[in-house]
Amino acid sequence: MKFNALLRRTPEWMQTSGPHRDIVITSRIRLARNLEGELFPGWAKKEGRFEVLAKLLPHLNSLPEFQDAFIEDMGDLDQIKKQVLVEKHLISREQAAKSAGSAAIINPEQSISIMVNEEDHLRIQSIRSGLDLTQAFAVLDRLDTELSTRVTYAFDAQLGFLTACPTNLGTGMRASAMLHLPALVLSDSMNQVISAVQKIGLAVRGLYGEGTEALANLFQISNQHTLGENELDIIARLEKVIEQIINHERNARAKLLQDDPNRINDHLGRAYAILRHAHILESKEAFNHLSMLRMGSDTGLLPVELGKLLDTVLVEIQPAHLQIASQKKLTAPERDVMRAQMLREKLQQLPEPRLL
Amino acid sequence: MQMPVDLKPQQMRYIPPDTPFRHPSPSMQCDVCQQNPATVFLTQILKGELQKVNLCEACSKAKGVTDPTGFALAEMLWGLGTTDTSEVARERICPACKLSQSIFRKSGRLGCSMCYQTFRESINHLLKAMHKGVQHTGKTPAKWEPPAPAVAAPAPDPPVNRLHDLQLSLQLAVDGEQYEEAARLRDEIKREESS
Repeated sequence: MKFNALLRRTPEWMQTSGPHRDIVITSRIRLARNLEGELFPGWAKKEGRFEVLAKLLPHLNSLPEFQDAFIEDMGDLDQIKKQVLVEKHLISREQAAKSAGSAAIINPEQSISIMVNEEDHLRIQSIRSGLDLTQAFAVLDRLDTELSTRVTYAFDAQLGFLTACPTNLGTGMRASAMLHLPALVLSDSMNQVISAVQKIGLAVRGLYGEGTEALANLFQISNQHTLGENELDIIARLEKVIEQIINHERNARAKLLQDDPNRINDHLGRAYAILRHAHILESKEAFNHLSMLRMGSDTGLLPVELGKLLDTVLVEIQPAHLQIASQKKLTAPERDVMRAQMLREKLQQLPEPRLL
Repeated sequence: MQMPVDLKPQQMRYIPPDTPFRHPSPSMQCDVCQQNPATVFLTQILKGELQKVNLCEACSKAKGVTDPTGFALAEMLWGLGTTDTSEVARERICPACKLSQSIFRKSGRLGCSMCYQTFRESINHLLKAMHKGVQHTGKTPAKWEPPAPAVAAPAPDPPVNRLHDLQLSLQLAVDGEQYEEAARLRDEIKREESS
């Protein structure tokens, strides 16, 4: 599968509706694996990385999940294409910085992706709509077990799967969910949630993982510990916490709607007006208004069908997507104009929000 | 999360390239490549002494100076200058991949699976703070068989430089944002140094 074909295809998670889809955008699981007897990618020489890639590719190619997959060496992708894959959460920012000898393999549905020679030899990821970590893990578990019959993983009875960084030891698993929490942010409760979540050994991050800002009121919640607890227990604990946060968000929405209708009308009205009529829009501003529209659609003040459109738009207004769409490199001010234009077009049919 | 005060990374100031201070002296050369004119000037206070480094655009990027998360910068640039020869001589090196303890300390990443044997002691220090437990309870690879108990115990580790191990653990704890553990290790290092 070529890059353009991948780009044209809507990812499976955008078309389906998993549990709690109004608040949980996606669930992702990633497993870190390394080959026994090979240096980890960060310490290996270039030839070493090429060898590992050559060793892995035939096995990955022959997996049923990767029939007609997108397979590309990072050295053969330009900056913008790499960035598009980052914006789609199919590869990490770290992988995008890699060149020849590292690779990305993505199934046509864009539900499973593998990074070869990122920080570890293998980073296997699955992504699903809504809160569905158990199923996301089941898909990867099968694939991982199959791979482990074909190659020898670096594994230790006490430490589990051996990874380049000791923070990933054990299961090598990071389970995360992307939550849309506008009402908790508006009611100034998010800091409390964050500190409570961190206290129980979970991590809260922004849209693009470590060290990124929480744009569009989107937060990633994930497990911090990977050793000492098995995969299903980690997932069960995480899902339980996420379900509680979902409840808090629903309550906060109900309370805002009831106690402060003017504020909600104002936020929605501004979002509607600006997204439909602005001609210059920075990402941050666009993201935050889109977040308000999404909350409007979730709470019945805007059509429910809008939700999916907003998820798509949220990805499409990002810098690399804008540049791919216009088929040229754009400066930041040019992107802001293009972003505003795209939003005006996409939201042309948007009815005015119902007033509270 | 707020870092305990004395665990703050070395104080440093990065003057971005678009400030008026960008070219104080056009003749100044990059300290690293000794070729290009320096455009990035760093000042940091290391053990009470002012240190200055001048870098060109390319070297500053290569060293990650412009990366706001790159606080390991000081170490990258100067190797932190504190490893005297006696310490280097005793430093542990992984026999399989030649990764040294100081490189592990800087990057927080290991070189190969054997490193987990080589640096087991330092890593074990951390596992408790870093993880829920110290014993893997998750899945095992399909082909993997538990090692037969008859296998002879591995040779005992070479004599340990305890201070080295503690410093390594501290670095990893800070990297992993385990500040409580870091504070504990810091106190232990102080005790060790004074004993």
